[in-house]
Amino acid sequence: MADQPTDAPPALTITVNGASVRCAPGELLIAAAERAGTYIPRFCHHERMKPVGMCRMCLVDVDSGRGPALQPSCMVTVAEGMVVDTESPRAKRAQEGILEMLLVNHPLDCPVCDKGGECPLQDQTVAFGPGESRFVEEKRHYEKPIAISDLVYLDRERCILCDRCTRFAKDVAGDPLIHFIARGNETQVNTFPDHPFASYFSGNTVQICPVGALTAEPYRFTARPWDLAEVESTSTVDTTGARVVLQSSRDRLVRVLGLDSEATNWGWLSDKERFAYEASAGPTRLVEPLRREDDEFVPARWSAASSFAAEAIKDKRVGVLGGARLTVEAQFAWSAMLEQLATSVIADTQLADGLPAQLVLGLPRATIARACAPGGVVVHIGADLKEELPTLFLRLRHAIQNDGVSLIELTPGATSLSPMSAASIHPVPGALAQAARDAVSGTGGAAYEIASRLLASGRPVTVIGGRGNLAEDASFAAEAISTIVGEVDNVRFLPALRRGNVHGALELGFTPGFGPGGVRESTGNQADAVGILEAAANGAIDTLILLGADPLGDVPDADLAQHALAGVANLIAVDLFMTDSCRYANIVLPAAGYGEVDGSFLNLEGRLSPVAAKVTPPGQARSDWMIAVDVAMSAGVDLGFDSLDECRMALSGAVGTFAPVDWSGLARAEDGQLLDLTRDWVPDLVPAVVAPPLDGYGLRLVVDRTLWDLGTMVQESPSLAGLANDAVLSVSREDFERLGVAPGSEVTVTSSTGTHRMAVQSSDTLPRGAARLPFRHAGFDARRLLAAGEAVIEIRVSAN
Amino acid sequence: MSRLNAGNEMLAREIIARYPLPKSALIPLLHLAQEQDGHITNDAMEHLAELVGVTPAEVLGTCSFYEMFKLAPTGRYLVNICGTMSCQLLGADELLHHAEHVLGVAVGGTTDDGRFTLEKAECQAACTEAPCLQVNYRHEYRVTPSDFDRLVADLRSGARDIPEHGTLSRVRQHIPANRSVGAVPPQQVTGPPEWLPTEEAK
Repeated sequence: MADQPTDAPPALTITVNGASVRCAPGELLIAAAERAGTYIPRFCHHERMKPVGMCRMCLVDVDSGRGPALQPSCMVTVAEGMVVDTESPRAKRAQEGILEMLLVNHPLDCPVCDKGGECPLQDQTVAFGPGESRFVEEKRHYEKPIAISDLVYLDRERCILCDRCTRFAKDVAGDPLIHFIARGNETQVNTFPDHPFASYFSGNTVQICPVGALTAEPYRFTARPWDLAEVESTSTVDTTGARVVLQSSRDRLVRVLGLDSEATNWGWLSDKERFAYEASAGPTRLVEPLRREDDEFVPARWSAASSFAAEAIKDKRVGVLGGARLTVEAQFAWSAMLEQLATSVIADTQLADGLPAQLVLGLPRATIARACAPGGVVVHIGADLKEELPTLFLRLRHAIQNDGVSLIELTPGATSLSPMSAASIHPVPGALAQAARDAVSGTGGAAYEIASRLLASGRPVTVIGGRGNLAEDASFAAEAISTIVGEVDNVRFLPALRRGNVHGALELGFTPGFGPGGVRESTGNQADAVGILEAAANGAIDTLILLGADPLGDVPDADLAQHALAGVANLIAVDLFMTDSCRYANIVLPAAGYGEVDGSFLNLEGRLSPVAAKVTPPGQARSDWMIAVDVAMSAGVDLGFDSLDECRMALSGAVGTFAPVDWSGLARAEDGQLLDLTRDWVPDLVPAVVAPPLDGYGLRLVVDRTLWDLGTMVQESPSLAGLANDAVLSVSREDFERLGVAPGSEVTVTSSTGTHRMAVQSSDTLPRGAARLPFRHAGFDARRLLAAGEAVIEIRVSAN
Repeated sequence: MSRLNAGNEMLAREIIARYPLPKSALIPLLHLAQEQDGHITNDAMEHLAELVGVTPAEVLGTCSFYEMFKLAPTGRYLVNICGTMSCQLLGADELLHHAEHVLGVAVGGTTDDGRFTLEKAECQAACTEAPCLQVNYRHEYRVTPSDFDRLVADLRSGARDIPEHGTLSRVRQHIPANRSVGAVPPQQVTGPPEWLPTEEAK
């Protein structure tokens, strides 16, 4: 991408088609002309990628003082006094010639091509093309189409070799698994045989393809672009809050495209953000309230369901898990309803797999732009960002590669960013907090010295911190984050929690110790997810509400979750799907999902952006905020709002953080509204619990998440469901060689929870003494190794 | 078929060490792979990708750009008949048809016994000696159909041999890594090149 300094005053003047245009030095001619209202046709130029001058479509007459000559405007930077004519006979002739040449081999199958109607080649041929071709020979033919990955198809005869997809794969995503193959007339984009384009970002190539060569499996042949209705929204798939366009046909979501938001996603999306809409459009949705009678669910009317829920909440001790799926408005409605109805409420939106809320809420918050600003230092504490927050990964990768941002990693193993990091530190589980102290002081080796020097350099530091290891007590990550934030100057924090609108839920008090607005509370809600489950199991609460939470799948301590769900007197589940946890419920309320509700979303920066409804919810499913209002009504309580606007007014009035929000302007604000999250308190340092000393025989367990897993969103999306592979235990090469077994063979793993059998493989990313299992995968459930209350999990692996 | 064998892998690492970036060594490594198997196998490309730290797709992209890297098994004798103007004027088309007839394969094909692969090539820079052809990239000048018959008969009978096409040079270059010039800019070089024998060595 061309760096276009927007803050600096325009410093030079060029002439485009007779009109003078003020430009910044270094600006590309094609961008300057477009800014001045002159569109120059192009195929290969993409504003978020480096120019290549591949397609020659943007040839214009440029006179830099030596007479006009054709130059590709995507490769020419503006210079003082440059005179440009984009419509001269010579430029027109060049553009017509290029289009005629591109159409020599491009099939004229627009009526059956998915791109037809929104195709840059089609549009620009009409606008700039010659109208007729002199080519009468046979066009090139290829096998149609080839699947270059599970999600993307390639029709090679349509390709015009613009280098957009291959550039994206190499420069932006860092997965150069597609490449130009062969030469001359034979040139084609392809993968290596049996090495599919298995990138988490493959869908972006479909979006940026200027012809119909790349098509996405879920959208292929489902709609015509002119039949699509669309609305701008925000992705609620993870906490990055990528801006998207939701497109529907016949009241079904059929496609999600990335919107170029300068603040967040720059137009890119991960394949989960792009294709997980399939889940809410799928046939497995809950469509009516269900009520348990004996061991069966029977359909119930909403009125009966609401009264039942009201009865179970009113004057009862209530526990709430989840809330990250909800919009901010729905979270507010639920918290208002619970506060008015219940005797006591304990709630946690993090399912024992996150960070202490006081750090997330209380540390000075960074923005993505600050983390990625040129010259900064980023400290990443947690698991591989590519797996957890892929869109943030793309931004950070770009910043490190192009803008001189230095990365210090404190991760359990090597990540996708390790090859470009300044200091890559991989402490074994239990050593994370000490490693953070060493990184500040610079003791322990070369990487620590570099880290220490960078942290003391005075450059702006951003800590991106999450929970990199579910088999390690949260206090290790918490202390590591607190240490860096506490010891370093000019530092801010970007929490790398992953679950949807978890930041909205935290802000609205779905977390122990805090009320709405990040206000500290020392009474009332003081139980975290584990505490809530324990309370449910031993009868300390009467009712447990699952707000889109699936504790059986997500809480690391599965036994406790099971006892809680089976033991609690009333279990209310509000969800889109019949999850395993829902099956224990007394009543299941069908909620409206992604693309079906209006509202707003708070991302990891504290940026409020609108989510929009595009399709109607299936059956009787309704918005979460309406469910809360209904339940309150059934209990005879008026929450004071019965429309989204009234709900927003009430939210602004009740919660200080949302007081300054301009709700009517939210839908128009391209980058949302950044909320002020300054608190009047400072978080305490959370000291790490003491890990037992390493004994030299055992391995320490790392359990982390991958993008494709058995989570509900992925599994309910037909195109994504098959992408999660089976869990295999990874150990370092040295530890693997010591075992003396073949890769993939089964070994015996002993932990405090017993003896298990699982497949093992060697890994180059893990330090010696660590073993890694992915969370929530088929093959082996990593939670069977996790024992509640242990600081770290020690395992012993033996070959037989 | 096969990855680089142990000896060639060692040689590959030595070649890589001569370049400032490992991936700069890709072309010589592809030559090495072709020399080993007669063509470049998928396994060899994956092996090279591992050795120089790129993806197999990038290796294939480079490899497939160059016509002299063969991705399919090629005969012991690779026959390239020139089809550019000078040769064409002096009977290259007839020669090519004759060759197809004699070898029993179409252009691009390999004989069943794996001895000959026939290709049509562009100018081979021997226009004064037209029509010309190359066997394993060694020129044969002013070739008539009967010359071609004799050439094929000699190669079949073993009366004549031509080094394999994968080995373009008959003498393998073997320069240890420490004799490379390295990346010192010319203006900073002070003494004589370090690979020149020193006075003591003489």
